[in-house]
Amino acid sequence: MKQNDIKRLSLYLLFAPFALWIALLIILPHAGMLYISLREKVAPRVYEFGLGNYINFFNEPIYWNTLIRTGSMSLLVTVLALLLGFPIAYYIAKIAGYRTRGALFLMCLIPLWVSDLIRAFGWILLLRETGIISSSLQWAGVISTPIEFLYNDATVIVGLVYTVILFMIVPLVSTLDGMDDSMIEAGYNLGGNGPTVLRRIIIPYAMPGIVSGCIVVFMLTAGSYLTPILLGGKNSSWFTEQIYDQFITRYNWESGAAFGFVLLAFTSLVIWIGLKLSGQTLSSTVARS
Amino acid sequence: MQSPTENDLECIEIKKHFGSVRAVDDVSFEIPKGSFFSILGPSGCGKTTLMRMIAGFEQPSSGDIRIKGKSVIGTPPNKRNVKMVFQHLALFPMMNVYENIAYGLRCAGASRDVIRTKVHDVLARISLPDVANREISQLSGGQKQRIAIARCMVLDPDVLLLDEPLGALDLKLREAMKIELKLLQHQFDTTFVYITHDQSEALVMSDNVAIMDKGKFVQIGTPQELYHRPAAAFVAGFVGDTNRWAGRVTRVENGAVEVATDAGLIIRGSVRGAGAPSAGDAVHVFVRPEFITAARAGGQAPTGAAGQNVIEGRIDSILFNGANSRVLVRDKAGELIEADVVLTGGVEDLKPKDDVTLSWSPEQTMSFSV
Repeated sequence: MKQNDIKRLSLYLLFAPFALWIALLIILPHAGMLYISLREKVAPRVYEFGLGNYINFFNEPIYWNTLIRTGSMSLLVTVLALLLGFPIAYYIAKIAGYRTRGALFLMCLIPLWVSDLIRAFGWILLLRETGIISSSLQWAGVISTPIEFLYNDATVIVGLVYTVILFMIVPLVSTLDGMDDSMIEAGYNLGGNGPTVLRRIIIPYAMPGIVSGCIVVFMLTAGSYLTPILLGGKNSSWFTEQIYDQFITRYNWESGAAFGFVLLAFTSLVIWIGLKLSGQTLSSTVARS
Repeated sequence: MQSPTENDLECIEIKKHFGSVRAVDDVSFEIPKGSFFSILGPSGCGKTTLMRMIAGFEQPSSGDIRIKGKSVIGTPPNKRNVKMVFQHLALFPMMNVYENIAYGLRCAGASRDVIRTKVHDVLARISLPDVANREISQLSGGQKQRIAIARCMVLDPDVLLLDEPLGALDLKLREAMKIELKLLQHQFDTTFVYITHDQSEALVMSDNVAIMDKGKFVQIGTPQELYHRPAAAFVAGFVGDTNRWAGRVTRVENGAVEVATDAGLIIRGSVRGAGAPSAGDAVHVFVRPEFITAARAGGQAPTGAAGQNVIEGRIDSILFNGANSRVLVRDKAGELIEADVVLTGGVEDLKPKDDVTLSWSPEQTMSFSV
């Protein structure tokens, strides 16, 4: 066998698991879903090909209201994660010493060792009517009757920010880490004050990391199911909950599949707008970090 | 008395401690307006710390820094009219050339028209009038260098600090940039403070050079003074190439000494630096290769006055480098001595294994007390 053939064969072999993964777990199910979503149920066991499921979605305000609500809350979570994550990432990458940096990074990673479910129950333990916060406030005399902190939007947002902030910090740290400290010093040396250096030098430099973190965080949030359900309860009205309902409760796979595609199209649109506004491309951000 | 405006930069008894480490220890100097001043020292001697204090990124533990006669202690870096060219230049990669140069002017609140005029003016002065719209990554090493200087000079600084900016360039470009930097300094007529560990950069470009070692200034002087009249053994060894022996004084005679080196050579030299040695004192002796004459043994006896140092030896190898060629001669004691020679390419040239006589005058032999 020629050298070239061996090279090509090993390339195929290395590429095979990835190709299988993409084909079997991403392309195939989505093709199936797309097919299901385009089937209209006209009578029991009678289907017609058409866009009826999608038209249904737009005709029913509760559906697209939920989608808009999910989208805007996800954006809020993304912005909060960025505002909280940026100083943390900046501290880890630029201010902390070499050894502290590792420790801090590890501390950021530790929550990931615990499953989503356990972490959500942790929040419930803290926030429920008989939970730690409510009872300590009562004990301290700040409140006279127990307060239910669960099942409102604020709690859902706090829980989501907590769950996803790590995915904001990691790309930010890696881009800020690549920034030469003397670049910041040059910014000051040439006459810039703190806000100018942040606005004109640090943020533009970190833009690929910021956009990449935002994309990942937004996608994770909009597609999350467990945290909104457990912390928001019946009031959460998260769009994934609608999809779950269609599939499981109402056994309406056609409609559920259509909702799934609407969610995919919606989040893709939001990210496309975000990339256009920030002047970045997908390859300069997500592909880089 | 000098008027305070004649010096662009004065440092008075600057000290900087990091814990128990004295990075900069009692450094004082003044730099007259419009001159090229270099601080030359081995890495880790504290020169970068000193520069960062002048720029305002570090605060001195004690002492005063005055720019145009005004103390800048407590003034933040962005309020000092001292600009800095960083070691790796620190050009902003997300901005193009125009934006990089305009950044400082924007921070100063200049109007759009003023910025445009000034940026194009400075680009013309560094003879790169057409690069305004290029990205930083599209520039060559030498162009980046000039843009980094232009970015500072457009702000009319009182002092421009340069932190080994030629270190990253290849040799040929470095040689060209040395001359160019000197020309740029003349053209802008601004005080340049240049930090380097490369003595040839410092000697070629500077009006004055300060030699720094272990946080202290050892000597300040013109390049010629440092080379020919070093004040300390460190300067003699650090500036320029030199042969060096350690030995003990055997005889002292009004300014001249006779030294027996540890390997057993007897060398006559002149006393330099501080301290008058007496017989038995340990000294270091330095002779520069260009002052040693190498002649083939058995030929005509070395000319020159009596009292010359004369040593017999055999050529170990020849280091051919055009006009700067050199021979390595192994003396009777087994040590290698470097001497500059002229190689014409003819049959008379010295060759390895030739027996030679080395001679040099005691005036060119610098002896420093240890």
